[in-house]
Amino acid sequence: MSLKVLVGCKRVIDYAVKIRVRPDKLGVVTEGVKHSMNPFDEIAVEEAIRLREAKKAKEVVVVSCGIAQAKETLRTALAMGADRAILVELSPKEYEIMTPAHVSKILAAVAKMEGSDLIILGKQAIDDDCNATAQMTAAHLDWPQATSASKVEVTDAGLTVTREVDGGLEVITTQLPAVVSADLRLNEPRYATLPNIMKAKKKKMTTLSLSDVGVELKEHQTVVSVEEPPVRSAGIKVKDVDSLIAALKQAGRI
Amino acid sequence: FTTFYWFCFQLPIAIRPELFSVQGSLTSYFLICSTSNFPAIMLGLSRHTFRLYNRVGVRLQSTLVVVEHDNKHLNPVTLSAITAASQLGGDVTCLVAGSSCAAVAAEVAKAVGVSKVLLADSADLEGFLPERITPVILASHQKFNFTHIIAGATAQGKSLLPRVAAKLDVAPVSDVVAIKSPDTFVRTIYAGNAMQTIKSNDPVKVVTVRGTNFATAAAEGGSAATETLAIPDLPKHLSSFKEQKLSKSDRPELSGAKSVISGGRGLKSGENFELLYKLADKLGAAVGASRAAVDAGYVPNDMQVGQTGKIVAPDLYIAVGISGAIQHLAGMKDSKTIVAINKDPDAPIFQVADFGLVADLFKAVPEMTEKL
Repeated sequence: MSLKVLVGCKRVIDYAVKIRVRPDKLGVVTEGVKHSMNPFDEIAVEEAIRLREAKKAKEVVVVSCGIAQAKETLRTALAMGADRAILVELSPKEYEIMTPAHVSKILAAVAKMEGSDLIILGKQAIDDDCNATAQMTAAHLDWPQATSASKVEVTDAGLTVTREVDGGLEVITTQLPAVVSADLRLNEPRYATLPNIMKAKKKKMTTLSLSDVGVELKEHQTVVSVEEPPVRSAGIKVKDVDSLIAALKQAGRI
Repeated sequence: FTTFYWFCFQLPIAIRPELFSVQGSLTSYFLICSTSNFPAIMLGLSRHTFRLYNRVGVRLQSTLVVVEHDNKHLNPVTLSAITAASQLGGDVTCLVAGSSCAAVAAEVAKAVGVSKVLLADSADLEGFLPERITPVILASHQKFNFTHIIAGATAQGKSLLPRVAAKLDVAPVSDVVAIKSPDTFVRTIYAGNAMQTIKSNDPVKVVTVRGTNFATAAAEGGSAATETLAIPDLPKHLSSFKEQKLSKSDRPELSGAKSVISGGRGLKSGENFELLYKLADKLGAAVGASRAAVDAGYVPNDMQVGQTGKIVAPDLYIAVGISGAIQHLAGMKDSKTIVAINKDPDAPIFQVADFGLVADLFKAVPEMTEKL
């Protein structure tokens, strides 16, 4: 079996950055802030590359929907080993109202154009924390979904996927084509080596517009405000276990 | 009728707009219901008109709560979702979809605030596959035309509701922590480091709610009627459920526990978690873990607390050997009292801890267990 795999990559503020709310309270400060590939998407890219290395996949195409800088994120995916990249480019203004509802339509359209058999996405982006794009993409295509995957096996009949659920794990099988979303435990993403980073510069990157994929950017949601969360009042340090127990008893917690 | 409509709906909004934003508690919802009648009283409208107004008001919203269960018992997160639904106003219908799940429907019917229960019972719904539950939800929506479709933001709710939203061509609203009005919701972004208020412009609002931010509705006292729903055509070829491998534990369930003790990398091994289990049993607490402890294989994944694991907000959270990375804090910083036991006095966890103890956990935890 040799699948054509499509992987979604989102450029987000780096996971280690302490974000700041913008003065206009409509978003967070992104200018001059370190960005990188969404950690869950790195796992998705790694899984796709492993499938190709195991001869289960013949081509890995990475796709991103975003502003021009998302090209850097796609280059990273190419340096990890993806074959080619597609950027569906949006203006910064358009990008502001983009939600998983739009991304899923774009990904569904690209998957159709590419004749993809398998779409692998991260389970959530660490900026909007929505956890919705994979499910919505599967719905638009009427494909099965396997979300929060911690193990994916390609079989003759389709996929056998172990999912992380609340009480433990669950195993499902799906037919192909299908959409999979990656959980943290799926794999350990590789680092791009310098020779691979150089090679990635020669790989093909196609830029498409929203009209190329036939998706309209309807404003489903309006951001009313973005604010700092309430700050916890400073606590105290206790000197030993006895004073800790006493403090908790006094607070009525034990 | 237009004049009547204006007096009943527009005037109260114009006079006291703040009363129309729900601040997250059931009490304030009732406050709105009672106070918004005030202008009607002023205008001397009869009690009859008054009732009519209320009935028209009720028709404005109708919510479908997708019940989470294991075919035998209700997951308590559903009771939180019912509270969220009640805050929206209007009818609350609960959908119980599963296989041999009539007992769950009977349980939901007793919850306070539920007006109707829909039961979709079929062997084909075993395993709650989203590909099969989605058509059931769409069928009930087609029949009753809901304004809101709600579920708890659990693994199941997160997997199912976005699929439903896509089929309705709307954008879902994930993991809501407060409801301001029927179309305006508060949710956290960037691992809980910012609160985003968003207004949904969609005709149907598809919402998952964070259980820890909504009180559970009373499980007894209601008496809703149950209606059996015809099962629509299901795309059975797409996927099938094979098995579940659930972690067995006698301790309370993590998300709903009153006390939680979590261990991190500082525990050094899976065996050492035994120290936490002993303390947890003394306190009747659930045991959680940081990502580091899960990745190191000390404990299973479903114990992870954080941005990508479970979100908890117990009365007491004891973090043992956890440094307090942003991603971990996202899952526990709404706990009422936070205790940190860590030998590193500069660990970020001490910045959110109400009580911090700088000590070696291998000494402090057994000592605490002994003294309690």
